[in-house]
Amino acid sequence: MNTQEATYKYALRLGDSALVLGHRLSELCSKGPILEEDLALTNISLDMIGRTQALLKYACELEMQGKTEDDLAYRRSENHYYNYLMTEQPNGDFAHTIARQLFISVFEYLFYTELEKSKDATLAAIATKTLKEIKYHMQHSVEWTIRLGDGTAESHKRMQTAINDLWMYTGEFFEMDHLDMFLLHQHIAVDTHPLKAKWQDYIKTALTEATLIMPIDSYMQTGSKKGIHSENLGHILSEMQYLQRAYPDAKW
Amino acid sequence: MATDTQLDLWEVFIQSKAGLPYMHAGSVHASDEKMALQNARDIYTRRGEGTSIWVMPSKYIVASNPDDNDMLFDPSNDKIYRHPTFYVMPEGAKNI
Amino acid sequence: MHNEHSDAHFQLRIDNGEHIEAKDYMPDAYRKHLIRQMSQHAHSEVIGMQPEGNWITRAPSLRAKQILLAKIQDEGGHGLYLYSAAETLGVSRVEFIEQLQSGKAKYSSIFNYPSLNWADIGAIGWLVDGAAIVNQVSLQRTSYGPYSRAMVRICKEESFHQRQGYEIMAKMMKGTKDQQAMAQDAMNRWWWPSLMMFGPHDTDSPNSSNAVKWKIKRETNDELRQKFIDKTIPQAELIGLTVPDKNFKLDEKTGHYKISEINWDEFHRVIEGHGPCNKQRLDHHIKYHQEGEWVREAALAYKQKHLKKELQTV
Ligand SMILES: [Fe+2]
Ligand SMILES: [Fe+2]
Repeated sequence: MNTQEATYKYALRLGDSALVLGHRLSELCSKGPILEEDLALTNISLDMIGRTQALLKYACELEMQGKTEDDLAYRRSENHYYNYLMTEQPNGDFAHTIARQLFISVFEYLFYTELEKSKDATLAAIATKTLKEIKYHMQHSVEWTIRLGDGTAESHKRMQTAINDLWMYTGEFFEMDHLDMFLLHQHIAVDTHPLKAKWQDYIKTALTEATLIMPIDSYMQTGSKKGIHSENLGHILSEMQYLQRAYPDAKW
Repeated sequence: MATDTQLDLWEVFIQSKAGLPYMHAGSVHASDEKMALQNARDIYTRRGEGTSIWVMPSKYIVASNPDDNDMLFDPSNDKIYRHPTFYVMPEGAKNI
Repeated sequence: MHNEHSDAHFQLRIDNGEHIEAKDYMPDAYRKHLIRQMSQHAHSEVIGMQPEGNWITRAPSLRAKQILLAKIQDEGGHGLYLYSAAETLGVSRVEFIEQLQSGKAKYSSIFNYPSLNWADIGAIGWLVDGAAIVNQVSLQRTSYGPYSRAMVRICKEESFHQRQGYEIMAKMMKGTKDQQAMAQDAMNRWWWPSLMMFGPHDTDSPNSSNAVKWKIKRETNDELRQKFIDKTIPQAELIGLTVPDKNFKLDEKTGHYKISEINWDEFHRVIEGHGPCNKQRLDHHIKYHQEGEWVREAALAYKQKHLKKELQTV
């Protein structure tokens, strides 16, 4: 594997997480708890789709097979997607949507802050643009975590349940495999190991203010870096890819 | 079942460019000031309409009574000496 | 001296082309008409999110998904602007939502039709938004200030809605046989309902005369419908779509298209609740409204707790 191939896969992984989370959030359109929040969630989804386009477009350039970002987004089979398992978890109730967003946004904030320093100029530029969006996502999800955690007895319970349910998908954020290490040595990839303590600090502060309890680490789910997913992804793809698969010759 | 709530009503003012006045854009519903600001951002600045936002609870807006319009606004109509065009400048005067 | 609280004085202001503001005197019937029309308009925007939302997760490209999502988001925003404008008349959004969910308030019947294939997204943008825009452009000059200002903002945002729909239709008509068939199928199903959006003929429209007198409505149903027909038929022909009406023809003298009679039985049937999706649309709205209740309660509870804390520390 050379640097270009590795960077292709790295961009693909980041792009897939944005793709799948953007898709999940788009499912919420017309389902928000209040009209204002409906528009807010759509904005986050649109940010994610925009980021997907930038990253998959770059992946296409590196792959040099003449593909488009849509070919990558819509024409791969399930085990060739590399999004974090967290991103494919169902929206659940609003507490689950917010908990998922909180975990991801805080991680992305730390991650893209580092990626901004990458030696790969394209990844660094994408990081700069996306960081502005992430800061807003983070603020949005932190504030809702606090409101729900410190709101009513019911919202407190739901928020705590969501935090507990999704905790096992947070371990993946900090995994480093061969590809990460290979690119880290070339100052392209981010070293996620040192991010873990910072991430826990941020989350702990938010959860404490929200009067919620931080779960204790136990078994963490894993697999996405190898293309092994939860059962959720297959259903997402069967919807997302429907037209592209049913009419392979059509242009949309 | 508890009676429904749609949270409180807030008025939104947007400044479209630094230096320009804040203009009333519309209103949003929100429970607290942070949410009001974010909702205003998500709803009224989706097309780059703003560089700065003010929000305030609608209940604090005090409006003049249209019945008082004669009393409030007519008296200033004949105070034309407040306008620069009221004054006669000598022919040829410049930069004034 | 004139009496500023008389209907005669009010009508004088209207005739002078003045805008009426929330605190100004207005006849009760004017207020009632506005509340009904604006809330119905707001509900239409919000319920209208559903048929298009039905295709978001199946949008065939990233660009298509982005456009569709942004478009539906705009519609939610329009609902919000209109609820806010209607709230200036002293009715709260809680009440508006209750009226919608109890069936007391109506919304545009067009959204009681299903979106069955991807070309429906094109047809909705092109025909449904197209018809709505004709109406909304006219409403920018409506006599009630908050309504008129909301409509100005809405019209600005609407400008891409119809174009994105027509782009989808044009693309599909240039595409494979399957795509062309989908586009024509969508055209066949959406053409007539979109003409019904303008409401009954002027001669059968009970609310029209007051609305025109008060300049809430600036043009009549039939005038607006004709405008829409005249600009839309050439657009259909340009991309090779067949208008599903064997009898339509251009009247060379007037420059207007004449079409067959609209199926008013269908129109009334759908308004009365027997369209393909009436129940589904309301059920969806009620379901997610109820699911959001604990969230709204939590937000208020949080605020109240913290207000108390603030007061204690003062
Ligand atoms: Fe609209
Ligand atoms: Fe629209």
